[in-house]
Parts: sequence; structure tokens; C-alpha cells
Amino acid sequence: MSQAETPVVELRDATKSYGAVRALSDGNLVLRSGEVRALMGENGAGKSTLVKVLGGVVRRDTGDMRVGGEPVDFHSPHDARDAGLAVIYQEPTLFPDLSIAENVVMGYHPLGGLKRIDRRAMREQVQGLLDRLGVPLGPERPVRGLSIADQQIVEIVKALSFDARVLVMDEPTAALSGAEVERLFTVVRTLREQGAAVLFISHRLDEVFEISDTVTVMRDGAVVHDARIADMTPDEMVRRMVGRELGALFPKQAASIGEPVLTVDRLTREGVFFDISFDVRAGEIVALAGLVGAGRSEVARAIFGIDRVDAGHVEVAGRRLPPGKPLAAMRAGIGFVPEDRRQQGLVMDLSIARNASMTRMRALARLGLIGSGSENRLAREWAARLQLKFHRLEDPARFLSGGNQQKVVLSKWLATEPKLLILDEPTRGIDVGTKSEVHRLMSQLAGDGLAVLMISSELPEVLGMADRVLVMHEGRLTRELSRAEADEERVIRAATGQVEASA
Amino acid sequence: MSAGTVRAPGPATNESARARRLTEWVFRIRELGIVLALVLLIAVTAILEPRFIEADSLRNLALNASIFAILAAGQTLVIVTRNVDLSVGSVLGLSAYLAGDLLSGNPGLPLPVVFALGMALGAACGLFNAILVTWGQVPALVVTLGTLYAFRGLAFLWTDGSQVNAETLPEAFLDLGTSSVLGVPYLVIIALVVVLAVGQWLRDYRSGRELYAIGSNPDGARLAGVRSDRRVLTAFVVAGALAGLGGVLFTARFGTVDATAGVGYELTVIAAAVVGGVAIFGGIGSVYGAALGALLLGCITSSLIVLRVEAFWQQAAIGALLLSAIALDRLLGLRIEAALRRRSARRAG
Repeated sequence: MSQAETPVVELRDATKSYGAVRALSDGNLVLRSGEVRALMGENGAGKSTLVKVLGGVVRRDTGDMRVGGEPVDFHSPHDARDAGLAVIYQEPTLFPDLSIAENVVMGYHPLGGLKRIDRRAMREQVQGLLDRLGVPLGPERPVRGLSIADQQIVEIVKALSFDARVLVMDEPTAALSGAEVERLFTVVRTLREQGAAVLFISHRLDEVFEISDTVTVMRDGAVVHDARIADMTPDEMVRRMVGRELGALFPKQAASIGEPVLTVDRLTREGVFFDISFDVRAGEIVALAGLVGAGRSEVARAIFGIDRVDAGHVEVAGRRLPPGKPLAAMRAGIGFVPEDRRQQGLVMDLSIARNASMTRMRALARLGLIGSGSENRLAREWAARLQLKFHRLEDPARFLSGGNQQKVVLSKWLATEPKLLILDEPTRGIDVGTKSEVHRLMSQLAGDGLAVLMISSELPEVLGMADRVLVMHEGRLTRELSRAEADEERVIRAATGQVEASA
Repeated sequence: MSAGTVRAPGPATNESARARRLTEWVFRIRELGIVLALVLLIAVTAILEPRFIEADSLRNLALNASIFAILAAGQTLVIVTRNVDLSVGSVLGLSAYLAGDLLSGNPGLPLPVVFALGMALGAACGLFNAILVTWGQVPALVVTLGTLYAFRGLAFLWTDGSQVNAETLPEAFLDLGTSSVLGVPYLVIIALVVVLAVGQWLRDYRSGRELYAIGSNPDGARLAGVRSDRRVLTAFVVAGALAGLGGVLFTARFGTVDATAGVGYELTVIAAAVVGGVAIFGGIGSVYGAALGALLLGCITSSLIVLRVEAFWQQAAIGALLLSAIALDRLLGLRIEAALRRRSARRAG
């Protein structure tokens, strides 16, 4: 079966658009049996869309797909699975109310007499898979309450639970520790030897070079390069992914750094993050770096009072915040731009003006009523300052592009004249041009004396923008790096829990 | 457990066993809690009013709870998928009148045919709900609130103010609602069979387990290859068919049927399911719990009547029970989540 002539999976000229947004414009991919192929690209390059097309989650608009030489057309994930494609998605797909075992075998339970579920066989099968990965988890444990890393393991076990010809993994290692990644790679190598084809998405270059045989690079929705990994260097890979020089992207201005605005003292939420202490000063941009699932967003949510904490406290300008009260955090001068702007940052069906003035409703109200005139005035002012591109202020926010939506969220918070702005993944899914506008804006704001706490998974953004980098690993702060000290290797080492020789 | 050479089997096995014990304990405490409440309730009422535990009284208790238990079994299927069916009372009304109308017109009609038609009518109503929920993408709460009124309206149109009386119904049919075999009423036997069958399906069959997956994480279920629309459709159709069965049994038990048969049943049925530990947000609960919940609600009503408590207090008591059941679930849920989180943390650290 090694180096079979017919590829296991072949995708030719696939396209996929969501409304006016073309997420995939030139999807070409060939997977051969016994090969591990890396799929690389920046966030928003179309990797996840391509994976969803393979997995039958979305249907391609045009193009050709073949599995084992036969043309296929998946109508649902079920079809993809029946064709032997196992996919691990980025978003959690687990059932919190059910046991690990049931999560793994859902829909494919082993059956006994009368087609009843054979629970003992189910338990043993899943125990076997867990043992194979060397994970000390019991199959009967409910998934609710599992750490992100453990949830990821259950996802992997799920994908391994049937003899897949093709295993697609969308950032499977993002939340795993070094040892767990090694175990996963051992399994991947075994699968490769058994003739499976593996498509592997990761942002960690070292992993890609360690495990892959071939690589496909995507940029702006299209496949732009296809090569053997042996013929690539990390530098070339990055250049192909980014398609431009990195230096010009992050226009960080120097700012004078003042008194601490935010002080976080020994903040702990059981099972999520532990003993987090740091401060952010006026005029300073502090980046919270780490892998997905390290607890960064959770810390931000706790600071803003969305989630409760079990211990520790937060001070703004020397005054202690009452825990669990976002309104108090707002009054104290914190602005919070959440990771998921569609769900948490904006009310998509409300107008741009109303979204932008949402935080100022009290100030705008006359006798409890808010006139659209005052709303529009406020929104117009901020729209001009942030160079918002819009048609009419009355249009619903959902019609704006991702970058412009983010500007509306920003203006909403800037209108409150905050002392501290928390930005969770401020440029995720935003096109390159608008991205640098957001960066310029952040830098300007810091220059005006605003304290900024930024969470970002994009290393270049962290290194380019931050005065100080705090690195989290599995719920703990593992390193603090000054702008001068911070480089890619140090951050990644700390984020993956590798301790440096000299502390 | 085979001792693996790859890793130390100790901690995992222990953890597995502990987790299993924890989850089993929760399920048991939930259903045992209802049984305990039932026993307490019956004991206290019996002490105050000994006639409460005479055979006749207990028989009535079981008869009253039977129809609700059948409806609660159907409702559980729907709620577990994170949906709800508010139209069951109206569906019951339609099918009750259908059965009465058919039999008083043609007394010779074989009873299985009447049951089949009643259930088919219910299934059709369920299918209508399901199509709006799955293809129409309308929340079940809204859809079934609409059909709650629509089906009831149909019943009024159809009956046109008339009613079916017991005298016009064949004796053999009415016997179903009142007679017993070996001291156990037919109605109770039918309810037990339904509850066991639906309960087993939900517990031990793939398609049943998929309902839990859908309720626990709808998007995840789709990604896991669960054919969600088809399963939700099945849940609504079965719930409708069981409401149809309940309607036929309603006619057999009470004999007199008009357009108002089963008004307000939907709330009692949902209350029974919730008291029985079925989570209103889906993913958790069993048919057996829901059936026990129906029995408990029935017992409370009867006991309060026997004790001559005013009607107002009867309603308040049911409300209080509902609230305490929800509070208990929430409390248990929080404690378990905290315990599991701590355990996971210990493992990681």
C-alpha cells in the first residue's frame, strides 16, 4: 500500500463562499496513503474551511473531490465518517453530560444482543484507546469538568476509534503539553505506518518539521505552495504563509510608562488558572501569550468580573474591584473587547450607531429616553476617528467586515474613556490592511496613556506590539519577558511548559 | 482490568472507579429521592387519613398517574434533545375525541384499530411540530405553543360543542380504563409497558443515546455525524403518538369526552419530567425518573384532596415541589462540577 498511485483524498479547485466573503477560492489538496501532510497558513487563510469541506460540515460551492479515486459529495459529517475520514475540529464537539466512553463511540456504540448497546464492550474499547495514548483517564468519567487538554485527548480518541483511512487534525496540539504531544505523534506515526493519510494543522513550526512529510501552504483562501518538507526551511515557510515582510506590520510607538493601572493579585479559579499575579501600567501594552486553552481568556474574563474566582483579587488604580461584577469593572475604567466579537462583542442585528453607543446609554439618556440623534453624533465621531468604513450608521452591524466590526467594538469601549483596555485576540479574522490599522490604533492609545492588556495567539503580533510579555502555560504564569528579552523561541518554550536551562 | 505495561494502571483505574461511583450515585440519588418522597408522602397521608392506603384508593392513584406517565415518557424524549412539546395536552384532546367519536359511531370497530388510529393522529401532530422545528428552524417552544392552540382549536371545530358519553361507548373499551388482571388495572399495565419500552430505548439503543448527544451539544452532535434532524423528528413523532395513545386511554377511563379533554396536561407533564430529573436544557434525565415524577405529582394531588386541603394550596404545593426539585438539581450539578474540576486540576498539577 505504500506510495499507492491513487491518492486517498483529492480535492481539486474547490471554492466556498459565505455570503459575500470568499473563504476558500482555490482549494487543491492531495493526500496519499502513508503520508503526513502539514497544512499551514495564517489565521483566516482558509485552512479551517478546507477542513470543513473535507469533513462534510460545509459543502463546497464548486470543484471536485475524490476519495480513493471515486468522486464523492459529502452531505453531512456522517457521510465523511462513513468514507473513512476522521476529523478533529478546532471547536469543542464533545457532549458534557455524557461519559468519555459515550463521547468517543457516539452513534457507533458496540452492540450486543437485540442491538442493545454493549456497555462493557464500549468501556473496554475506549479504555484500550486511552491506554494506547497513555492517558490516565477513565472511560466512565463525565466530560463535564475536563480540562481543555483532556477534552482534546477525548477528541483524538474519538478520531482513533474507527479505522480511518484519513485523519484530519485542526490544531490538535494547541492545548497539549510536551509529553502529550509526543504521545500523539507516536500514534500519528503508527497510523502512517499502517497506511493512513494524515492532514495536520499546527502553528508550531518545530512540530510541523518534526512530524510531516509534505506541506501545503495557504494564504487568503487559496493554496499557494505545495512541497516536500525536506525542501523547505522555516523561513521560507513563514514567507510563503505571510506573503510579505513582517517588519512593517507592527507600528509600535514609544510611550512613556506611568503608574500601575491594573494590579492582579494571586487570582485563582479552581481547575482553570492558578495564582496569577501581575500589573499593567499606564501607557504600557502587556501581552498575555500562551497556547489556546492555557487560561488566558479566562483570566481576562475574571478580571472583568464575568467569571467568579475562588481566590485572589483585582485592583484598578489602587482600588479593589468587587468580584463577579462587570458593571463595577466598567465604572472603575476597564474596557473589554472579547475574543468572539460576533457573539459577545456586538449585537449583530442592531445598528452600528446603537452598538457603538451601547456603553454610553446612561450618559446619552434624557429623562430615561435615548434619542437617535445623540447616538448618531457619538457614533459618527468615533467612526471618523477610527476610520470606520460603513454605508449608513443605521445598518445592522452584521453587514460590516470583520475588521470594521472590531472597530465598532473598540469605539464602544473607547467612548467610556477607559483607563485599561483588555483586548482578547484583537485582530483575529481581520484582513491584513485593517489589522495594521488596529495595531496603529492600539499603539496610539497607549501613547495617550491608556493601559492595554492584550491576549494574542499570533506570535508576531505579541512580539511586535507588547512592551512586556506574560506567558501562561496550563493555567499558570510561567514567564515574564521584557520587550528586549522576548523572542519567538523563549515565548514558545514558556508556553509549552519547557523550562529554560537558566531561569 | 488487565495490567498494562505502558503505564501504571493504578491511578486511572482508581479514578475511573471513583468517577463511575460519583455519576452512579448522582443518578441513584435523583431517582431514589423521588421514591423516598413518595414513601414519605404516602406514609404521612396514611397516618392522618388511613383510608388513603385502602386498595381502592391506591388503585385510583395508579390509574390517575398512568396517563401522565405515558405522556411524561414521550415528553422526556423531546426535552432530552433540548426541545419541548407544549402541544401534548391538545393532541391528547384530539385523539380522545377521535376514539370516542369512532366508537360511538361504529361500536363494532376492533379496539386495536381505534388505538392505531389514535396514535397515528398523534404521530401526525408530532410530525407537524417536528417539521417546523427541524426544517423551519423555529424554536420548539414557539412552534408547540402555536400548535397547543391550533390543535385545541381543531378539536373545538370538530366537536362543535358536542360531547361523547360513556353510554354510547362499547363495554369492552370502557373496561380497559377500569378493569384489572390479577388486581393490576389494564391501564397501569399499558403505562408500565410504555415506560419500560421507551426507557430502554433511550438507555440502551444508539438512536436513543444520540438524543442525549443532541441535547448536550447540538453542534457537536452534527459534527460527530449524528443525523440530528432525523432524531429530533423521531422524538417529536413518538411523543405525539404517545399523546395519541394517552387520548384513547383517556376516553376509555373517563367515558365522557368533549373538546376540553386534556386542557393544561402539558404543564403537568413537563413538571413531572422536571421533578423526575429531566434537565430542561437537554442532555440529562431518564424516562423512569419522569414516570416517577408523574406518580409523585399524582400522589400529592390525591393526598391533598384526601386531607381536604384547599385547592389553592394544592397548586402551591406542586409549585413548591417543582422549585425544590430544580434547586436540588442545580445544587448537585454545581457540586459535582466543582468536584470534577478539582480532580482534573489535581491530575494536571
